[in-house]
Amino acid sequence: MSQRRKRVLAVASGGGHWVQLLRLRPAFEGCDVTFVTVSEQYRADVEADIANGAGFRTVNDATRWNKFGLLKQCWALLRILLSVRPDVVITTGAAPGYFALRLGKLLGARTAWLDSIANVEEVSLSGRRIGPKADLWLTQWPHLATPVGPAYKGAVL
Amino acid sequence: MIFVTVGAQMPFDRMCQAVDQWAAKRQRSDVFAQIGSTDWRPTSMRFTAMIEPPEFRKAMQECSVVVAHAGMGSILTALQYGKPILVMPRRGDLRETRNDHQIATAKRFKELGRVAVAFDETELERELDRLGELRATERISPWASDELLSAVRGFVHSASVTADAPPRHLCGEG
Repeated sequence: MSQRRKRVLAVASGGGHWVQLLRLRPAFEGCDVTFVTVSEQYRADVEADIANGAGFRTVNDATRWNKFGLLKQCWALLRILLSVRPDVVITTGAAPGYFALRLGKLLGARTAWLDSIANVEEVSLSGRRIGPKADLWLTQWPHLATPVGPAYKGAVL
Repeated sequence: MIFVTVGAQMPFDRMCQAVDQWAAKRQRSDVFAQIGSTDWRPTSMRFTAMIEPPEFRKAMQECSVVVAHAGMGSILTALQYGKPILVMPRRGDLRETRNDHQIATAKRFKELGRVAVAFDETELERELDRLGELRATERISPWASDELLSAVRGFVHSASVTADAPPRHLCGEG
């Protein structure tokens, strides 16, 4: 009996979050991956992946200081989740990753939060909120790992 | 070419002004800066407020050295292109970013020997004078560490696959 390929939704906002997500790509080999980020301009970064069947979707950018933007972003992610129906949602942050994990969990996906390598002294605020609810919660710094999470299992570098 | 970048989020005039003054003093005409949305205008550098990802990659490719805020996008991209990078961290107390996380990032990466760091404008000027000593480093791998990749791979493949219908297309691509 052949199983279908796993569907992975890989989510990140722009800049460093996106660059870190791209560095995880070999881990998605053999899966149907859909990338979600905040600018159409990032499409070129995953052109080769798209040629091999990967999806690429965008949502509006928003930070925690823009409530309307956040609401709009959350709605856009819900639509994407309902159309992709991922088995796994993985994110390197920030806001879109937070929403994708919350919504993904509701829809029965396995969820993973990789805290940004920029968070050297403490885990991010979003990470502290969503991490305990995620199936996999990782920090990229050994000294930030605790027995109740996050765990340290290497870094993007 | 020296490529200066402050990232997409906020301007960083304190750093850009210091580089601009240095360029004037040393009569450098090969500095290109992405300065963010700010009212201040450089006098001695070519500049742009924002830069789209394709132009960003082009500038990274063509420059000999990168001067940047201590943002991970700038640092990781410079290392992927094998370019030496000098960073100046934004300060939370000056509202250059929400907290002092860039200072911590800069310290760690300095310890790892991956980046040169200037913690203030005086140090920046001194480090700019020493830019010639910064050697192009070996390009880092475009991928995360094997340890992290295998942790993520293991997690992805441990997820169960439900025998459901193909995804419903509620909305179009993009």
